[in-house]
Parts: sequence; structure tokens; C-alpha cells
Amino acid sequence: MERIYLDHASSMPVDRRVLEFAYPYLLDKFSNPSSLYSTGLEAKRSLEEARKKVADLVNAENEKTIIFTSGATESNNIAIRGTALRNIGKGKEVLASAIEHISVINPMKELQKNGFKFNLVPVNSEGILDLNELQELTTKNTIVTSIMYANNEIGTIEPIKEISKIVHENQGFFHVDATAAVGKIAIDVKKDNIDLLTLSSNDLYGPKGAGVLYIKPRVKIQSVMPGGGQERGLRSGTENIFAIAGMGEAARIAQNEMRKENDRLTKIRDKLISEITKIDESYLTGHPTKRLPHHASFRFSHIEGESILLNMDMYNIQIATGSACSHKTLEPSHVLLAIGLKREEAHGSMVLTLGRSNNLKQVPVIVKAVKDTVNRLRELSPLIKKR
Amino acid sequence: MIKIGEIGYSKKVMDHFMSPRNVGVIDNPDGYGKVGNPVCGDLMEIFIKVKDDIITDIKFKTFGCGSAIATSSMVTELAKGKHVDEAMKITRNDVADELDGLPPQKMHCSNLAADALQEAIKDYKNKMKK
Repeated sequence: MERIYLDHASSMPVDRRVLEFAYPYLLDKFSNPSSLYSTGLEAKRSLEEARKKVADLVNAENEKTIIFTSGATESNNIAIRGTALRNIGKGKEVLASAIEHISVINPMKELQKNGFKFNLVPVNSEGILDLNELQELTTKNTIVTSIMYANNEIGTIEPIKEISKIVHENQGFFHVDATAAVGKIAIDVKKDNIDLLTLSSNDLYGPKGAGVLYIKPRVKIQSVMPGGGQERGLRSGTENIFAIAGMGEAARIAQNEMRKENDRLTKIRDKLISEITKIDESYLTGHPTKRLPHHASFRFSHIEGESILLNMDMYNIQIATGSACSHKTLEPSHVLLAIGLKREEAHGSMVLTLGRSNNLKQVPVIVKAVKDTVNRLRELSPLIKKR
Repeated sequence: MIKIGEIGYSKKVMDHFMSPRNVGVIDNPDGYGKVGNPVCGDLMEIFIKVKDDIITDIKFKTFGCGSAIATSSMVTELAKGKHVDEAMKITRNDVADELDGLPPQKMHCSNLAADALQEAIKDYKNKMKK
């Protein structure tokens, strides 16, 4: 059986061109970018080139706005904690959408423990942020508002420009976690007036272990990782030059190929959605059109997601689920609960995220495996009574 | 060597998940047990047929994760043909051991099959009293 990998939101392979570009940084070009001798300067130059490539991908003002980190979790932490601590004199309120990634929610919960007021902004049943509620919850004391560009579990793309307007009318800072969106849709930090933006390398077919925090010129944040002062003092520690060079190259390739690739993925996505929602009591989760081009997510009544995952794996198809059993907390996905699903509904979810290895010919194979899986698990389920 | 059963599902769990034994319902069962709740993500129903205190037939239906299904299947295999008093002694740990172990986080939430069997036997005994 051909392997069909449909979990690109959780992990992606490194592009072979990226690997070829970056592997010399593990071997001959291993010098520390802070060293002043020639090979150190060469490493420093590679670091700056990578910065330029990432800056171009998101249309940043200049490459100085790009801070390299170890990944999206670190970028989110630095953005939220760094901005909150720097601006503590202005106010002690923070906001996030109810469907943010846990690496945004948990730093905010930590701020809450330290005396900040933390509110979650609700979303509608398709995962779109409620702008009226955002308006209501935003005050002059709100210093950081963090809303994701697009959601990793339901694929919904948020109205970033409108959100940005509301945040800035109240003189707050706007952080956007673009981990799920980067490389899938065009991001323009100037057009959307974004103050802080999180990106991850692996979501661009780059190596794991690198991420980026974009910081708009004149936006000041406090260091939360003191040390040798690398990356403008905001992310101390010797740069992971292999992963960073790889991320730069991955960003350059994404910029060139994104449009064409996403037209291709959208066709596969739409075919999957139309076929899979033909199954009895199956529903698309997230927005039908304002969604990431590589993202198709569903829920099925009367069955449970981990079982779906295991059963699909028997067809050599790898998928994801928001079921409780797939989480360390044993709680169903907070994203699915936030869009108004009941807990028993949230347990039966399946998330498919496409990538370069997928093609239209795989669609009938995937659809048949999903149908067989759903049928088999429903045969076992006491929640469905046989006609 | 790290045992696969400690980090994920053992071969035996996957076998019982993919080819569960004794799936179905028994009409007019001598005993019926139901544990769990779809809200929590696990629901099991066990039906038993008993003759002279021996479990002659047993069927289950389960909504839940891989281990919920595998433990249901295993408990029906362990109970079939046993005296109800013997079957009553089957514990969650027995079921897990027979499956070559379950990942730690699954030991509690998705290992309810022994409880469902005990409910079914209690139901049978209650019916006998009447």
C-alpha cells in the first residue's frame, strides 16, 4: 500500500533542495556567526541572508525585523511575555482568541497568575473571530492581543486586517501566530499592520529547530531569555545556523512556488471535502471557503477520533484528530469546543492537511479508506442503532 | 529496549482493535452492563447469555478509542465459558496484562471493559433474585 501522509500540520519533510542548501552548515561551514575570523563572518553572512529571505516572504519593512528562534512555541512566548513585560506600565490586560494554539494560551495564563487580566475572544461556529466581542473586550489597558492568522485544526482564516484595526484603535500591540498559514497563503505584515508575527521553519518544508518572530520597527519588547545577546538581545544563544539557513531557503522556495502549489492543493482539498461530506452524518469543520488551501477537517457522529486515526493507519494513511485520546490532557480539542461542538461531537474529528506528496489520484483511495473506517467503527458503536 | 506497549499500543491491542472478537448485541440478554459516557469519549455495552451460572455467550458494542475497543474485545474472550463468579474477578489489570500492557494514560480512562462485564454479571444476579 502506498503511504499517503495527510498530517502536514503536525510535521513536514524537509525539501531536498533545502537540505542540500543547508547541510554544509553542519559540516564545513559550522563556525559560530559571532566569531570574527573569516569563516565566522561567512556564517554571519548566511544568517543575514536567511533573514532577508524570510523578511521578503512576509513583506517585512527590512531584515532587521526578523528574529530567529527555535520555533513557533518560543516565538509566541517571546512575543507575548516580552511585550507584556515591556509595557506593564501601560496596562495589564491580554487577549487571545478562543482557538489559539496552546503556546499562546499558556504564556497568557502564566501572565494571569502574575496579576494580568486574561480574556478569550469567542469565535463563531465556523471559527471566525467575533469582532464585536473583540471590540467589547479591548480596553485602553489591553497591551497584547494575539490572534492566529489561520487555525491549524479547522483551517479557518481570520479577518486579520479588521482585527488589526480594532487592536490599534485602542493602542494595543497585535501579535499574529502565522504558523499554520505560512507558506500556504500570502502574508503581508505591512498591509495587515501586524506588530509581531510568529513563523515556523518546518511548516515551510524547512528543518525543525528554527522559527521566526517578526517585530515591527519601533515596537519594543523586553528580553525574556537573557544571555549572550544574540538576535538583538531577544533570543540569546548560539544561532542554529543549519536550521536557520534552511528556513531562509525554504522561505525563498515557498515565495516562488506557493501560488501554483496552492491552486493544486485547493483542487485536492475541495474534492476531498465534497466526497467525504457525502458520508452519512459527516460534517466539515471550520469555514467552507475562508480556509487554508491544504486543509480539510471533519467530524463524524457516533465514532471516536483516535479509533479513526488508528484505523486509517491500517490503510497506510496518516491523519490527525482533535479527540481527547490524542491529547495528553485527555480533553477534547478546545478549538472544536470553541466552535460550539458538544464534547461527544468533538471526540469524532478528523483533520487532513495536504502537502507536496499528495495528488488528485490519491483522492479515491483516501475516500474509500475513510468510508470503510467510518462504517467499521459505526458497526462497533453502541450509539448507532441498526435500521 | 523500550516496550512498544509502554509508549503506544502493543501488537495484541492492535489485533483486538482491528479484529475485535464478539462484537454485537444479544436480544433478551440474561445480563446487560453499560459503563462510560459519550461525553467523556468512551461508552461500552456488554450483553451476556448465562446457563447454569456459566457465561455461554457474550457480545459487546463500544464507542471509544483503540484501547476502549481492544479491552472490550479482550474481556469478552476472558469471560466466555467462565462461571459468573470467576468472571466477576476479572480486573482492569488482568485485561491490560492479557493485552501485553496499555500506555499509562489509557489505564484509567479507556480500560472500563472489566467494569462493564461486572455490571452485566450484577444485572444477571439481580434478575435471578426476582
